[in-house]
Amino acid sequence: MRNDFVDELGALAAVDDRVMLLTGDLGFMVLEDFQARFPERFINCGAAEQNMVGVATGLAEAGMVPFVYSIATFSSLRPYEFIRNGPVLHGLPVRVVGIGGGFEYGHNGVTHFALEDYAVMRAQPAMTTVAPADADQARAALRATADHAHPIYFRIGKLPDPLPGLNGRFQLGRMVTLREGSDGAIVAIGAVAHEAVRAADLLEQQGINVSVGVVSSFNPSPAEDVAELLAEAPAALTVEAHYVNGGLGSFVAETIAEHGLGCRLLRAGVESMPAGEAGSQAFLEDRHELAASHLAERLQRALTTV
Amino acid sequence: MTVGERQAFADAIRHTIIRQSFQAGVGHIGSALSIADLVAAVVAEQDHSREGADRDLLVLSKGHAALALYAALHLEERIDDEAIASFCADGTLLGVHPEHALDGVDFCTGSLGQGLSLATGAALAAKIQRSGRQVYAILSDAELNEGSTWEAVIFAAQQRLDNLTILIDLNGQQALGYTPEVLEITDVAGKLDSFGWSAATVPGHDQEAIGAALAAGHGERPRALVAETTFGYGVSFMESQIKWHYLPLDDGTYATAMAELAERAVAA
Repeated sequence: MRNDFVDELGALAAVDDRVMLLTGDLGFMVLEDFQARFPERFINCGAAEQNMVGVATGLAEAGMVPFVYSIATFSSLRPYEFIRNGPVLHGLPVRVVGIGGGFEYGHNGVTHFALEDYAVMRAQPAMTTVAPADADQARAALRATADHAHPIYFRIGKLPDPLPGLNGRFQLGRMVTLREGSDGAIVAIGAVAHEAVRAADLLEQQGINVSVGVVSSFNPSPAEDVAELLAEAPAALTVEAHYVNGGLGSFVAETIAEHGLGCRLLRAGVESMPAGEAGSQAFLEDRHELAASHLAERLQRALTTV
Repeated sequence: MTVGERQAFADAIRHTIIRQSFQAGVGHIGSALSIADLVAAVVAEQDHSREGADRDLLVLSKGHAALALYAALHLEERIDDEAIASFCADGTLLGVHPEHALDGVDFCTGSLGQGLSLATGAALAAKIQRSGRQVYAILSDAELNEGSTWEAVIFAAQQRLDNLTILIDLNGQQALGYTPEVLEITDVAGKLDSFGWSAATVPGHDQEAIGAALAAGHGERPRALVAETTFGYGVSFMESQIKWHYLPLDDGTYATAMAELAERAVAA
């Protein structure tokens, strides 16, 4: 997905000379083409993420649209106060790009697992978060937000496979409903939506038909879409490669409560800091019960007890 | 502006600082007095004929001294009497720290160590946009404690931002103590030079020396004036006193401070 994203960014830069790409010394085998095509608008800021965001703020104030690029933990958490006091406070179109998310950097360990980026970005009312579920949606999201006047955090996964049924659809602040079912619902965000779709397939094989909604933005968040999807559902499961608090699960819980819905909510995500155990993404997602089989089992159990 | 005019401008800034901080009943007076001469020098250097995106910028990285900037804006008639009188009143745009919604404030600051990165980005944008815009930033001692300041120092040199000038208000103290007792940093100009800057140490209340340093060539290097200043300069009982980072004026100290500033003006 990240190669597609940067490729699309190149297409955007070709027609919009405000677009710049700043990296915190990361992006080997990903950023070279952009650098070659737009040498004056590509800057390696070094491993100095706070300054990178500050510089981007100064650039944006002068009319540029800078994208700052690093692994999601490094681009969202290290310079968080710079993001808050910079593009958020000044209302400037800086794009913070966080590569990976959840366990995508599996073998690299906890320092590389972005598990609270949705939460901290969503806490800023003037910060938009965009988390595409596949490469085509990432391209669509980039195009759709090209003229967005305010800052955006993009969480860009590494997974290249298209999410079945998504077909590159993206609309800021809206949810995409992949399938409708009357027995329950799954709401997912980001690349882990693949597991959600597989879980729905597993449930279907057992005669349980659940709706599947894909959320891909916060602020604006698709509260009305989610409320509509869950209006008649006895139970719903949120799926995110993120801590269970502060991200999608919290957003859906707030939506259920604020709309007075009777839907029971289960939140799949990471429950505690996953220290002391590295491994592949698949291993860790299974360990934290984000794999399709766990998701299906959990929702099925809930549906038989409500 | 002549040297005499710059001095008079700085004195007028100090006068406004004392008057408005007394009216508002707030502190940070010593920090604002410390940079009155630096603000006056930057205002004198800025090319005010360019407007909009091409205007010369001033990033007050030590945002807690914003009253010095407001005073300059008021003296230049960019903000009116009503605005300056609203300093720290309920609903004002003129808080202790600067807010960019106010005309004349280019960036919000207040969290130490962020302003130099903003200024660096603005200077980089000028290069990309082929603008003649100059960018100035005023930093405090304590901002040299912040690692992010040094990130920006390295970056600005790497990018050869010769359109960037920082003035470091080296008054030797910070919120809770004198800098040698907190985190001592010696030879600031030498350190900046070694990072690829053109740095000069100047007496920070001497408009002739500051003006000369700003007129000197600096090649392709970003430029730093390490200004040796006195915290609370111009009001003897505040000078180099840690407590005047926070204390507000009362009737007695206000009268004494105004009398001292009036004496300075007569002497000049």
